[in-house]
Amino acid sequence: MSVPDELLYSEEHEWVKKEDGRLRVGVTDFAQSELGDIVFVELPEVGDELEAGEPFGSVESVKTVSELYAPVTGKVVEINEDLDDSPEFVNESPYEKAWMIVVEPSNENELDDLMSPAQYSDMVSDD
Amino acid sequence: MLFSVLIFQKTMNEVIFLAELKRTPLFPVYEKYGAKTVDFGGWEMAVQFSGIKNEHEAVRTKVGLFDVSHMGETIVDGEDAAEFLQYMLTNNIKNAEPGKALYTAMCYEDGGTVDDLLVYQLEKEKYMLVLNAANIEKDLEWLRRHVTKNVSITDISEDTALLAVQGPRAETVLQKVTDASLAEIMPFRFAAGASVGEAENIIISRTGYTGEDGFELYCPAGEAIRCWETIMEAGESEGILPCGLGARDTLRFEAKLPLYGQELSADITPLEAGIGFCVKLKQEDDFIGKEALKTQKEAGLKRKLVGIEMVDKAIPRPGYRVQDDDGAEIGWVTTGTHSPTLKTNVGLALLNIEWTNQGQAVEVDVRGKAKRAKVAAVPFYKREK
Repeated sequence: MSVPDELLYSEEHEWVKKEDGRLRVGVTDFAQSELGDIVFVELPEVGDELEAGEPFGSVESVKTVSELYAPVTGKVVEINEDLDDSPEFVNESPYEKAWMIVVEPSNENELDDLMSPAQYSDMVSDD
Repeated sequence: MLFSVLIFQKTMNEVIFLAELKRTPLFPVYEKYGAKTVDFGGWEMAVQFSGIKNEHEAVRTKVGLFDVSHMGETIVDGEDAAEFLQYMLTNNIKNAEPGKALYTAMCYEDGGTVDDLLVYQLEKEKYMLVLNAANIEKDLEWLRRHVTKNVSITDISEDTALLAVQGPRAETVLQKVTDASLAEIMPFRFAAGASVGEAENIIISRTGYTGEDGFELYCPAGEAIRCWETIMEAGESEGILPCGLGARDTLRFEAKLPLYGQELSADITPLEAGIGFCVKLKQEDDFIGKEALKTQKEAGLKRKLVGIEMVDKAIPRPGYRVQDDDGAEIGWVTTGTHSPTLKTNVGLALLNIEWTNQGQAVEVDVRGKAKRAKVAAVPFYKREK
């Protein structure tokens, strides 16, 4: 299972990548492997305001519906429209092709609540 | 026929506790083939091995092997067994004969469904009923409550494993390892006392729950692993894949085969669920529920099972409400998913009769958002013969 070093992680299995004051968000390799074949990804719209810990979309496999929870508070500035036609990217490339949204955070301190790669690895190995 | 609700709403952190679940005789092979297991009606069953889409496609184009040993098997025998079953079941048991299986419903007095099942006539006065796993106790209680003299009911579920070999190459694969002459076994016929490799005393029937050609193998529990491994080996060159209940559900759904607990229930009659072909109202003999079903048919159905296809981007899921454009409820989704074969978001829904014409626009309440859909032709998948 892959847990890239340069990312931060949420308890709800999202990864967060810092990019010049903005944050790119997706779901982890562990999450996609637990969920199985992803067939539908529902994302918010550009301009939507997210609140940390609140649902902002969903990922559906053949058999499951799972909510996506915002890792931080902020405004959606970009969404990955490729996932509309190619939800399988979530399985194939969770950290690259299947990024989901880019957020402009309103409170950088919230990043302190996220987990380091080592902490996240520990958490999922306990599951 | 068989499967309860597998779709579950969960957060990604939900932990599934698998302690104290029942296991089938084939449980020991799950790990070797990479199974993910789930609690399925009290059973720790394989939901998938390599992936639902992959397994689904293998069964549609090649061949797949399923463990469905959680299903119940019950022997009903004795001098008056035929008469007893005729009264308990909606199909005409007189149409059975040794070597033949019948699909039937079992109903309550009010026409609601106790279960849907297969009845195998093993001998002149001996039948085997194949029951949905979650219904075994309820069915046995119902049968025993009505049992008459000269009939005995024996549950053999614990001693019996059930494997399903399904797909266009099922016959090719199975014929390599069995002494039964498969080409001679027509649909809904079976051969008893067959061998599969070194495993013996197996009933091989040309039945299934996938919409494909294939066979179901009832074998003594102690022979199950040998039987499984023999078939996996024989199927390797044909691309056989071990398959879980996830693919079984999407396969049966596309073929519009009902699942008890979703398309059928104590509140849904077989006529409403579209399996009226196994309800023989014109036969002379009485059966439980006959009067109610006759009345329902004569008055005209007030609701029925139809297919729906999403127009908006969303997946209909079991239990989601179907409504008109004013938001008034007109029925609900019984099963729905992303169809692996069609690659569209489709469902089965039990709708009030005035909304059931093909092409009719409806809405599905998808977690609080109204999404457009239309009534579509079913089955979503039909095998070319």
